[in-house]
Amino acid sequence: MAGSERIHPYIPNSVPEVKARMLAEIGVDDMDTLYEDIPEKLRFRGKMNIPPGITSEMELRRHVERVLSENHTCEENVSFLGGGCYQHYVPAVCDEITGRAEFLTAYAGEPYEDHGRFQALFEYQSLMGELLETDVVNVPTYDWGQAASTAIRMAGRITGRDVALIADTISPDRLQVIRTYCEPVMRIESVGHSPDTAALEVDHLCGRLNDSVAVLYVENPSYLGTVEEGGRKLADTLHDNGSIFAVGVDPISLGVLAPPSRYGADITCGDIQSLGNHMYFGGALGGFIATCDDETFVMEYPSRLFGICKTERAGEWGFGDVAYGRTSFAVREHGREFVGTAAALYGISAAVYLSLMGPAGMRELDQHILQKSQYAMRCLSQLEHVRMRFDAFHFKEFVVDFSATGKSVTDINRALLEHGIFGGRDLGDDFADLEGCALYAVTEVTTRQDIDRLVRTLTTILA
Amino acid sequence: MEIQRGSKLRNFHQAKWDEEVIFELSTPGERGIHVPPVEPAIADSVGDGVSQIPASMQREIPPALPEVGQMRVLKHYLRLSQQNLGADLNVDVGQGTCTIKYNPKINEQIAASPKARDIHPLQDESTVQGALRVMYEVDQFLREISGMDRFSLQPSSGSHAILTMAAIMHKYHQIRGEANTRDELITTIFSHPSDAAAAAVKGYNIITLYPDEQGMPDVEALKAAISERTAGLFITNPEDVGIFNPRIAEFTRTVHDAGGICGYDQANANGIMGITRARDADFDLCFFNMHKTFAAPHGCGGPAAGAVGATEEMAAYLPVPLVGYDGERYFLDYDVPQTIGKARSFYGAFPVILKSYAWILSMGAEGLKEAARVAVLNNNYLLKKICEIDGATSPYSGGKRRIEQVRYSWEELYRATGIDTHDVTLRMADFGFHLWSSHHPFVVPQPFTIEPTESYSKEELDEYLDGLRHVAQEARTEPETVKRAPHNSVVHKIDESSMDDPAKWAVTWRAYLKKHGEAAASIRV
Amino acid sequence: MKRLGLIVNPVAGMGGAVGLKGTDGPEAVIQAERLGAVPRAGQRAERALTALGPLEDSMTILTYGGAMGEAPAKACGLRPAVIGSGSTPRTNSEDTVSAARQMATEDVDLLLFAGGDGTARDIYDAVKTSVTTLGIPAGVKIHSAVFASSPAAAGRVAASVLTGEIKRVQEAEVMDINEDDYRRGILSAILYGYLRIPAARRLLQGGKAATSPDERAVQAAIAAALAEQMTNDRCYLVGPGTTCAALMELLGLDNSLLGVDMICAGRLIGKDMSERDILEKTADRRCHLILTPVGGQGFLLGRGNQQISPAVIRRVGKQNITIAATVEKLGSLGGRPLLVDTGDADTDSSLCGHYRVITGYRQTAVYRVSDSS
Repeated sequence: MAGSERIHPYIPNSVPEVKARMLAEIGVDDMDTLYEDIPEKLRFRGKMNIPPGITSEMELRRHVERVLSENHTCEENVSFLGGGCYQHYVPAVCDEITGRAEFLTAYAGEPYEDHGRFQALFEYQSLMGELLETDVVNVPTYDWGQAASTAIRMAGRITGRDVALIADTISPDRLQVIRTYCEPVMRIESVGHSPDTAALEVDHLCGRLNDSVAVLYVENPSYLGTVEEGGRKLADTLHDNGSIFAVGVDPISLGVLAPPSRYGADITCGDIQSLGNHMYFGGALGGFIATCDDETFVMEYPSRLFGICKTERAGEWGFGDVAYGRTSFAVREHGREFVGTAAALYGISAAVYLSLMGPAGMRELDQHILQKSQYAMRCLSQLEHVRMRFDAFHFKEFVVDFSATGKSVTDINRALLEHGIFGGRDLGDDFADLEGCALYAVTEVTTRQDIDRLVRTLTTILA
Repeated sequence: MEIQRGSKLRNFHQAKWDEEVIFELSTPGERGIHVPPVEPAIADSVGDGVSQIPASMQREIPPALPEVGQMRVLKHYLRLSQQNLGADLNVDVGQGTCTIKYNPKINEQIAASPKARDIHPLQDESTVQGALRVMYEVDQFLREISGMDRFSLQPSSGSHAILTMAAIMHKYHQIRGEANTRDELITTIFSHPSDAAAAAVKGYNIITLYPDEQGMPDVEALKAAISERTAGLFITNPEDVGIFNPRIAEFTRTVHDAGGICGYDQANANGIMGITRARDADFDLCFFNMHKTFAAPHGCGGPAAGAVGATEEMAAYLPVPLVGYDGERYFLDYDVPQTIGKARSFYGAFPVILKSYAWILSMGAEGLKEAARVAVLNNNYLLKKICEIDGATSPYSGGKRRIEQVRYSWEELYRATGIDTHDVTLRMADFGFHLWSSHHPFVVPQPFTIEPTESYSKEELDEYLDGLRHVAQEARTEPETVKRAPHNSVVHKIDESSMDDPAKWAVTWRAYLKKHGEAAASIRV
Repeated sequence: MKRLGLIVNPVAGMGGAVGLKGTDGPEAVIQAERLGAVPRAGQRAERALTALGPLEDSMTILTYGGAMGEAPAKACGLRPAVIGSGSTPRTNSEDTVSAARQMATEDVDLLLFAGGDGTARDIYDAVKTSVTTLGIPAGVKIHSAVFASSPAAAGRVAASVLTGEIKRVQEAEVMDINEDDYRRGILSAILYGYLRIPAARRLLQGGKAATSPDERAVQAAIAAALAEQMTNDRCYLVGPGTTCAALMELLGLDNSLLGVDMICAGRLIGKDMSERDILEKTADRRCHLILTPVGGQGFLLGRGNQQISPAVIRRVGKQNITIAATVEKLGSLGGRPLLVDTGDADTDSSLCGHYRVITGYRQTAVYRVSDSS
């Protein structure tokens, strides 16, 4: 510590007199006696190579801000990056609420002393329920990958089967998370897409169905930004096979797009980062899982589900845990799941966001995103040798094919960066058929000037 | 209640706003926020954007979200925020095993910087050097604290870190052709329940060791559990009862001799930073909870972050990417030969990691050690004082010191008065205190677990003790007052009868309206 | 309006203070009185009833006259409805049985009784699992798991049932000890049956750990784990208890619940077997024994399953014993070992050591077994 005689502001009982008084109360002479149960050979007698404490918060702030100043943000530049983390506008009220000490530092109180936490998260579930048109939504889990993994495991338990078919148009990052979580208990197999539209082909799917298939998991809009039109047909095909249809969705698209439950999804999942949470280097994710209110499904959630109820006082709302003793885990699962500290605060942020947006806000926002992304697609398509890779309806993201330009995505992005533009994600590494292609995202934050600048800059770069 | 200035107990009453559910505040037409229309030139170019949506994917019915003006939305959630007992307000020592310590405000300010918030994970590495440096240095700090060789900051929580350790263990045995035969994971009943639950997700059969009469995990039991099927051991130390297991090296040796991997759940590391290290007890893997030991806030149940550490040999299995530094620039390191792949999308809960980074910098090596020592001092002080309360005991005491927490028992109080540990927790809330029982199963009868950390002053600890003492006494003199508690909380006794009944439970407002009718919702007395 | 049935066995517990091991049967009561024993069950019942005071206006208490319930209730300021009376001058076990039957027909929400194992047995004879019951510990012998841990605790739990706070129920063992043997210092208990008792809703765990399944689900999981391990080349002796019964149910087999049954290749080949039956039927077979701890003390052998004798144990072999128990059951032992008391010291000591106890599907505990000395 800088000036080791000074008491650290975070450790009040470091004051020598207080220490002495407490030691006397305990009845020991010195602090080391309290560690007497740790054998000497396990005691660390060295010194940790960690710099002396920056105990002045003014200096601490200066130091960390200097480190962070090496970051160049999407605000300072123009970004077309998406792929699972999005630059949407975060309303001021969201930050105000999630910054509140009472929410920030609450944790595991009873539904009495933490009534507000229970209500806020119940409202989160309810608001998501309206967006998704489902009667059950869980308290947030870690991220979309975790939510999709659990959806797959739930399907495994419900059907008693162990094969999960995964559309190969989902996020490759997420696929890896799913593998880590689901294997070896579930077998993960991938299902291909149409090279022209990125849609999943039902005929192709049928050949893969048998009585081992627990679930098909698709994302809609897909990782590639394409909107799958044949959801209902997929659902029917799967249900005929006794399988479950699980769909991942970016919930921000649901102001105008049909929620998966409408076209037959049994389980819907996704991420709430887009709903009022900042990007934070991909660190502010939160997963949701949603189903109908059927006991068969509810009992398979590993997550907490907050429910509304009455109290002994007429008219007073109370909250608690629904079906806390989930019965089926113990019996059927080859390996239970767990619940723990996940992403509740981001759920509260999403609740505030949806409350502010209302139905009109969500529709306007989506319309805005659609118009801007279509504008960007149109402008980019007009560039020589540049084309849109898929002939499909897109939401927010689209795949730009640069393969005919003679330049690699890496080179293009490097050149764009010099102009303060973060070009789209290079898809060549993750998708064998998308060499020379990049995933571009356009949100309401992207301005027309940004898009025009991208087009101008690309014109120069590709010339 | 009369205000007794001589007593440390507060004449507390929690905020009670009797606040509606947000849907009840809806007035058609009200707006919380506007989205700007696109520039006319864009609309001219592409049209309305929505007409082209394929018919099957058009949303037919707009989502039935509430329509509420901005100030009312703000007020609503502010009121809900006031109806919580966060650590910033109460003496939050009653949630043992969770290390509820001070979450410095400066760290929140730092994390709110646009330089942290507005960066995208797929940006070019050259544009996120600050973020990568933070992650790299946290890795370095954790190496010093644990003695391990490399950390991944990717897991989203402690439980997730356990799953990550299980995945690493699985891959390790898989490469040796033993993944199918080594299918048993050993843990102890006083380790966090997630050690069993998260490992079971990877398909492991779980073997739980129970303590001997001294409350220590039984070495003989371990030997009986070990076999050629042993994949590994996941264990907490000190365990959740607060006792340090001095024979821990014997545990790891026994497991290593059988070809297993040893993973150290360091959820309870707050009392041993700089005192004893995972490496010294010969663990292969370990993890820390950044939101516990390293002072990031709990946020109503997340975001959290777990950091998994590995020896040099096991580092080859960590999830990708790790963060490297070549002397000039920081980079995402995908060169991890046996990697398990990914535990989470992108790189980890960056805001949580950043707050922990700032905290470690503020403490420094000496400060970390002092935090540990004072946490232990505080804990043993409470141990002494709580055992003096009539009705409270600390099973397995046997003259043992405790590290950073103690699992106590109200069994004597329960036998004498019928007031159980849950009753006491609810009554404590009346004085502005949070108290938690413990994980199931209750091996310690009528348990409660107290972990004071280094954050609270002696004054505050004494205040909490007064609360416990008062309720224990009240259990004898006014048991009904305790039984009917809380009296000063936000709400009255909750009727939980619908919570286990599929016909009545309601996880969303729409489900509530369906099951209990619109009328039920609108009747507010 | 909730309805509470109250039965006090006035003579319960009288033997304890004067060195008798129980007061089942009129002779024992007379002997206790002669030795100067005073009734104490009434007082213990009062301690429990105190907690019900605040509920007086929202419940009706049905009881028998005088010391069988009326007197202690009134002593607590409660106004019970007296629906019958016991024999004079001393009540006996038939009175308990008839009172309990009457209360069952009156549809009580809870039948609260004060007594010991003998009283619990009478209640069981009368109502089986048709009524939710709870014992106030007042007897000398409290081996049954149907009693609260203290009279005060019984009162609190009863109050929670009547206010609707506790709605779940579970089945708990009624243990019966052979009085004659017991008074001679020989402990020979049998598992007599099961009563339905209130099960407190699990307290929340701060949102941590796994969601906890309820007891029946856990038993079903244990059964699944046991069934998975069974092979057709050997036969299985299945001991008493609900956990073992869950296995039999899973296999679709009839079972005796309180006795020892035998399975071979998925068929039931012996039911409620005596030691002799067991020895005869296992003579030329490879044999496996499935046991679950019985009662609150953690006894594996010697309480309720004496037919599994030292000779049977020798026949089976220690390595062929499988123990199953719920985590809650192990947890309730507070770190004490599981116990064996076969009556043969050598057998007992040979059985000591650590065992893998099946606690769920793919979950086991390593737990110590010790002789009861």
